Amino acid sequence: MNRLIDRRLNARGKSTVNRERFLRRYKTQIRAEVKRMVGERKVEEMDRGGDVHLPKKDIAEPNFGFGRGGQREFVLPANREYVAGDKIPRPGGGGSGSGGGSEAGEGAETRDEFVFSLSREEFLDIFFDDLELPRLVRTQLSTADQFKSVRAGYTTVGSPANLSVPRTLGNALARRIALGGARRRDIALLEIACDEAAAEGRTQEAARLTAELERMRGRRATLPFLEELDLRYRNRVLRPEPVARAVMFCLMDVSASMDENKKDLAKRFFTLLYLFLTRKYTQVELVFIRHTENAEEVDEATFFHDPKSGGTVVLSALELMEKIRRARYAEDWNVYAAQASDGDAFGSDPAKSARYLRETLLPATRYYAYIELAEEELIRASTLWAEYAVLAEELENFAMSRASRRENIYPVFRNLFSKEHNR
Amino acid sequence: MSRVLSEGSDWSFELIERYDGAIAAAAAEFGLDTYPNQIEIITSEQMLDAYASGGLPVGYPHWSYGKEFIRNERAYRSGQQGLAYEIVINSDPCIAYLMEENTMAMQALVVAHASYGHNSFFKGNHLFRQWTAPDAIVDYLLFARRYVMECEEKHGAAEVEAVLDSCHALMSHGVDRYRRPAPLTLKAEAARLAARESHRERQFNDMWRTLPVSERPREAGVDAPFPAEPQENLLYFIEKLAPALEPWQRELARIVRKLAQYFYPQGQTKVMNEGWATFWHYTLLNRLHEQRQVTDGFMLEVLKNHTNVVYQPPFDSNVFPGINPYALGFAMFTDLRRICERPDAEDREWFPQLAGSDWKATLDFAMRNFKDESFIAQYLSPRLIREFRLFAIADHESETELGVDCIHDDAGYRRVRKLLSHQHSIEERVPDVQIHRYARDADRSLTLRYRRLRGRPLSGAATEVLKHVRRLWGFPVRLESVDVDNRVLETLECAA
Repeated sequence: MNRLIDRRLNARGKSTVNRERFLRRYKTQIRAEVKRMVGERKVEEMDRGGDVHLPKKDIAEPNFGFGRGGQREFVLPANREYVAGDKIPRPGGGGSGSGGGSEAGEGAETRDEFVFSLSREEFLDIFFDDLELPRLVRTQLSTADQFKSVRAGYTTVGSPANLSVPRTLGNALARRIALGGARRRDIALLEIACDEAAAEGRTQEAARLTAELERMRGRRATLPFLEELDLRYRNRVLRPEPVARAVMFCLMDVSASMDENKKDLAKRFFTLLYLFLTRKYTQVELVFIRHTENAEEVDEATFFHDPKSGGTVVLSALELMEKIRRARYAEDWNVYAAQASDGDAFGSDPAKSARYLRETLLPATRYYAYIELAEEELIRASTLWAEYAVLAEELENFAMSRASRRENIYPVFRNLFSKEHNR
Repeated sequence: MSRVLSEGSDWSFELIERYDGAIAAAAAEFGLDTYPNQIEIITSEQMLDAYASGGLPVGYPHWSYGKEFIRNERAYRSGQQGLAYEIVINSDPCIAYLMEENTMAMQALVVAHASYGHNSFFKGNHLFRQWTAPDAIVDYLLFARRYVMECEEKHGAAEVEAVLDSCHALMSHGVDRYRRPAPLTLKAEAARLAARESHRERQFNDMWRTLPVSERPREAGVDAPFPAEPQENLLYFIEKLAPALEPWQRELARIVRKLAQYFYPQGQTKVMNEGWATFWHYTLLNRLHEQRQVTDGFMLEVLKNHTNVVYQPPFDSNVFPGINPYALGFAMFTDLRRICERPDAEDREWFPQLAGSDWKATLDFAMRNFKDESFIAQYLSPRLIREFRLFAIADHESETELGVDCIHDDAGYRRVRKLLSHQHSIEERVPDVQIHRYARDADRSLTLRYRRLRGRPLSGAATEVLKHVRRLWGFPVRLESVDVDNRVLETLECAA
């Protein structure tokens, strides 16, 4: 007896669990690969999955097998020119037998990389691993109001208090009409037949029909007024409310002294923050402020891609940030700020900026990160750096760091936001 | 019977059933004996899942399957590798998977190939009959999966993974090659005990009671080496005797061992199994075509795929994967039929008992009683050696160059056949590593022995495998490589 079964609708992704196990097992290697990718990628590509290469021998499952050496023969198809007794140089061209053999072996191994794709989620997950926004105080939040009860239609089960009377009766009526329709028709016909019989004086038949009519009426009366089937309850579901609101100010110096390379570094720095925030928090607002001698609030695309040059006045950006904060984020917001600059500020601007930060901005800010984009690591500190360094020593919610190469961004980022830093 | 079953390339469930009926009729005509069939339609995604678990319908969770899945998925998505058209499971009923993407002609080809070809091979071949329990395998897999998952809950996924890793490393040395204890039913066991009891009653002699009991405890065993004879099934030995394993870990070893045993016949009958299935899809579908049940277009599509399957790339092509078991197996069965039906002088000389015999009976006998190694040794004809232009290369470490050992000529036929047969033997794939000593009364160390034939050493992975053995055994292990005279040439140790 043969059977034909359609399994196409069965659960897919039977291998998902095994895939996850594979990723967990090779976490360290995969992390190193992700780090490499972050260093090499363009900003727009950051928010994607990617290919991970692992050397095959790292993930090999060992077995007893034969190594090279000794004597063996093997049969091959499609001989063309050989006759018994011919000698053939070993492939690989090595002089001695074993030498040639091992060379060929190594060649094969370098080609054998195990490559697989990380999805966007997996990529970001590894990327953000063990990072946390620092000192997020969940002041206005307790477990009770993390969920809000919202109406969501009707259900067939529920507590009596939630019973919806109009819905229930409507259903009952519909059911009674649907189930009683045929009987009502029969009764109407019977009534007519009964009347006719009575009118024509066929008493015997009239009596029989009346009895039948009574029986039918009785049956109609047994149709229940309300059944369990009819009951409808108001449905409420718990919808998660944002657990924390955060606003992130991104400040960037786009003055003439910020060359392409530095801008590129800054872009990466913000991109990392941006990805981190959009993933981790249900409600995050981003404000992009770029400045030369004047500061302006711009949208994200302009911030990252629109070229502009001019001088440098850091204070202008700080003042604009404070204005925006007061106007829009005064109540119940966790304020974070990240500033990227090459530190080339002149005159009294650095000192003024530092004072403004200390007196006005920092008290209202949860965390303020400053990254200085130096061309070479050993270059002398800028004036802004010197002023800020005093702040960094005194205040807990201010952190700063330097980066000069693309690969430096990631460690800087990690350093700024790693858990260790909060202790 | 001249009605065409269908036109066009679309398939439907009714059509598959109709084709299945027609193929079954043709198979019955040729006397194929099969398990009942269960044909399942799946998507390509599900096919990838099935790939990862070696074609089994259920498997326990393990990272190596994830790795396999990722590798296949990637190769498939990037177009480097097509999916097999089918997977067939040696179970009763015999489960075959068809992919929904296939055309009608392909579905029919797969049904003929898997549900009648492979199926009859599973049912008939002695290795499968002897070593696998097709009626119980799916239940066992379900049990294995559940058990592994329970263990993970109780003892942690990492612990379980470590044990499974170690067991997997020994998988190819976890099979019984020579014997299979016949499973006794409860009834048979009771009968055996009763028989023994009655035997004892009949032999009862009260005089034995009067024999004096020896004062000294028995000495035997103290110096006697244990195990008395080398043990080939490393996993079995570890499962039963490893000093430090928990009961659940022993059960895991057992599960891996059972799986290895299930796959054991498949590895030894690749050429035969695929050859047999290919021969029958070719024969059965041609029969349908003769009866005008299928169109010429259908047949052309089938033949195109058939030709791809039995293509043997030459040895110097850059896609040469080795000898294609489909090609060799199909050629051998076809040739065998030719020898029976239209023998020439050479066949009469080489196969006097086959020439002119009934081909169906001869093929059936060959299918039932051989494995690749013996099948090639018995049936590879000089004509095929010429057609494949087979030749043998000798790779001797002591020589600076490779030598051509023999080719497809009168002097070489027997030698080529012998070498090709040997190439398909299990000894050629799995090195001969056996349990040599278990120092029960000393440091509980375990000694494995590798018998080095023709000077072939073990590969470097042996060190890694030894670590896995150490983990399972719990006490020091060592691996000795010995020559044919049991002189120890090299010792690997794993103490910590």
